[in-house]
Amino acid sequence: MTPDLRGFQIDADTGDIGGHDPVSAVLDALGQVFGVVTEPGAPGSGARQHTWLDTFDWRLNRAGLILEYEHKNRGGLLLLSKDNTPWAEQPVTSFRPTRPRLAADLPAGPVRDQILKLASPRALLPMATASGSVSVTRLLNADGKTVARLLVDRSTVTRADQVVPLPPRLTIAEVRGYPGQARRAARLLAGIPGVAPARQTGFLDALHALGRHPNDYSNGVPTEITARMPASVAVATLLLGLLDTLEQNVDGTLRDIDTEFLHDLRVSVRRTRSAIKLLGDVLPDTGQYAAEFKWLGDMTTPIRDLDVHLLGFDAMAAQLVAAAPADLEPFRAFLARRRVREFRRLAAVLRSARFRALTDHWRKTLTEVRDAGRPRKGPTADELAVSRTGRMFRRVAAQGGAITAASAPESLHDLRKRCKELRYVLEFFAPLHDPVAYRKVVGDLKQLQDCLGEFQDSEVQRHEIGALADAMLAERAAPAATLLAMGEIAANLALSQAEARADFAERFARFGGPAGQQRVRTLLSRPVQ
Amino acid sequence: MRIFATYNIKGGVGKTTAAVNLAYLSAADGYRTLLWDLDPQGAASFLFRIKPRVKGGGKALIRGTKALDEAIKGTDFDHLDLLPADFTYRNMDLILGDKDRKATRQIAQLLRPLAGEYDHVFLDCPPSISLVSENVMHAADVLLVPLIPTTLSVRTLDQLTEFVAGFDGKQPQIRAFFSMVDRRKRLHQETTEKLLAERSGVAATPIPALSLIERMSVERAPVAAFAPRSQAARAFSALWAELSVDKDRPDDSAAAPESSLSR
Repeated sequence: MTPDLRGFQIDADTGDIGGHDPVSAVLDALGQVFGVVTEPGAPGSGARQHTWLDTFDWRLNRAGLILEYEHKNRGGLLLLSKDNTPWAEQPVTSFRPTRPRLAADLPAGPVRDQILKLASPRALLPMATASGSVSVTRLLNADGKTVARLLVDRSTVTRADQVVPLPPRLTIAEVRGYPGQARRAARLLAGIPGVAPARQTGFLDALHALGRHPNDYSNGVPTEITARMPASVAVATLLLGLLDTLEQNVDGTLRDIDTEFLHDLRVSVRRTRSAIKLLGDVLPDTGQYAAEFKWLGDMTTPIRDLDVHLLGFDAMAAQLVAAAPADLEPFRAFLARRRVREFRRLAAVLRSARFRALTDHWRKTLTEVRDAGRPRKGPTADELAVSRTGRMFRRVAAQGGAITAASAPESLHDLRKRCKELRYVLEFFAPLHDPVAYRKVVGDLKQLQDCLGEFQDSEVQRHEIGALADAMLAERAAPAATLLAMGEIAANLALSQAEARADFAERFARFGGPAGQQRVRTLLSRPVQ
Repeated sequence: MRIFATYNIKGGVGKTTAAVNLAYLSAADGYRTLLWDLDPQGAASFLFRIKPRVKGGGKALIRGTKALDEAIKGTDFDHLDLLPADFTYRNMDLILGDKDRKATRQIAQLLRPLAGEYDHVFLDCPPSISLVSENVMHAADVLLVPLIPTTLSVRTLDQLTEFVAGFDGKQPQIRAFFSMVDRRKRLHQETTEKLLAERSGVAATPIPALSLIERMSVERAPVAAFAPRSQAARAFSALWAELSVDKDRPDDSAAAPESSLSR
């Protein structure tokens, strides 16, 4: 079988073929069959620089996409491939790939169209940059005619001021009308010692040289616990993972790269607080940490609330019937001004000695527990999982079952908190559960949480709009048309809340009714891993 | 897609050297260019080091059993492809005459599917008046007529102009240019000056008779490729520039160069 013309590389460990430059050895081997003429200045040759872009949480990579910026003499080119096949390309000018930018801020074009929904609201960051040069060698037949070309790409990446060479990549380019000759050249290449079909893309070569791998960040719950682990070690491991996630998001939050850094940071804080509350009894005294993480969570709330308003602003404006979207613009400007102020406060918190002390001491405490090994007594991780998940489910079932049409909104808000805690407990111990049973329970719970979230968020946002309107009036920044438009938004939110309330009974019955209870029993009775 | 054809009823007047060099310059400007070597002698194919052979011969191409694009070969130059000659082209008149309907429009029809792939097509036509040349005239947007500046050549141009004027429908634009000009010959000088003064449609740039142009058959490449600063290369460049600024091109919008990227 003829190998893929595009996919060869010279292995780094066998690259030094017989003490010579490995590419010379390749040219010598091809020279046995073809005339070989290196062609300086040929199209496709010369210096080249590639930067691969993705969001911090690898959204493109997870969707099988690779986005690459190829630097050109004038401007550059954005290239998008899907499952390693070119999919879209877009010339861009004045594009600095090292500067993070939101997908929405890309110039209009086919690449932007393909990734906008997937990447938003995240920014595209440079994940790796490879620089080097491509040389083109013509392979000639007996008439001196070019029948194929060999392209050799030699690139490097820079890691901590060290230049790291990537394995040279070899490509045979077919000349139209001479496919057989290109295949012949590829077969010759495949037979040269030290030359192997490329095992991975240039992007992965570059990432590995940088000591990274794709998906090296996820905002999910860390999954490094096992069933037979002592519960204290499992909980400490889990919390250390959450602390890693929290700390990974500090820099992006402080640089205000996109709103999701703060969001992920807040989720880590919330999960940490829930884990301390629900599982912290297996750890040494965590009381002071619970208070400190509450402080941290509270400090991040005002700016996140503003982000939520701003992220949903256009969708909110599009719902207006009586007012015009433009009427809301003073509100947007007000939110943006407030955000600047709140951001300064948040930055001061994240740079404070108190924050550093919290994370440092917390890490030290957890590391000691994790490394102490098995305590003399106490449950294992699976025992803790079964007891706490069962307890949380019973609590949700009891509270939800007591809610009637006449119940106060607070009872639904309270149930939402319990549901969140149950969800976190399920997620913490997810690696220990049967995946099918787990997905069924979480699926039902998620439906219920969406309904409760809609109910509470609509109410909170409505109250916030009222408070923001007061603040705008106080600052004399509220034209009448804007206040009327905000009133209409508040009315829409009240409608959404009423719809969510109407849906509640059915959603809860599915989760907390007999069938839902059976699903939870199945989950907790199946042997955990 | 804009189709140029080099044509003259006489042989040895510089048709092939013009087709090869102008096609090369078109490609160098970034236009996706195809040169079809219709001459069974295969001189243009030889100059690009491509074997003058088409699987199935001219019959397969004309009858459509082999698609034109399957026979196309890449040259050594970016953006420039060649449809090679084949010795069976010597019977092209018989093949074209096989179908009685629209016998003179078959080459135009064959080229139509290539419109999305190429910006410029050059047809290097064998000498003589035949069904092949009539097909070429119907297919071409521009007939490039090399003229050796003699009285007889002028007469040939007149005959050609009259012949094309008799076409129904689309008529190609005729652009004559002086070829193999020897400045030392008084007749060449006088004929050149006279024709330029009296006729429109004659390019002002002459292609001189130079040994370097003959050397193309040794180098097997366009002059601009192996002697880019030579007088010969400069003359072809000036002629191409003159042809490129024609204002009355029928499909200017389709002639813009496109990206060479094949991703």
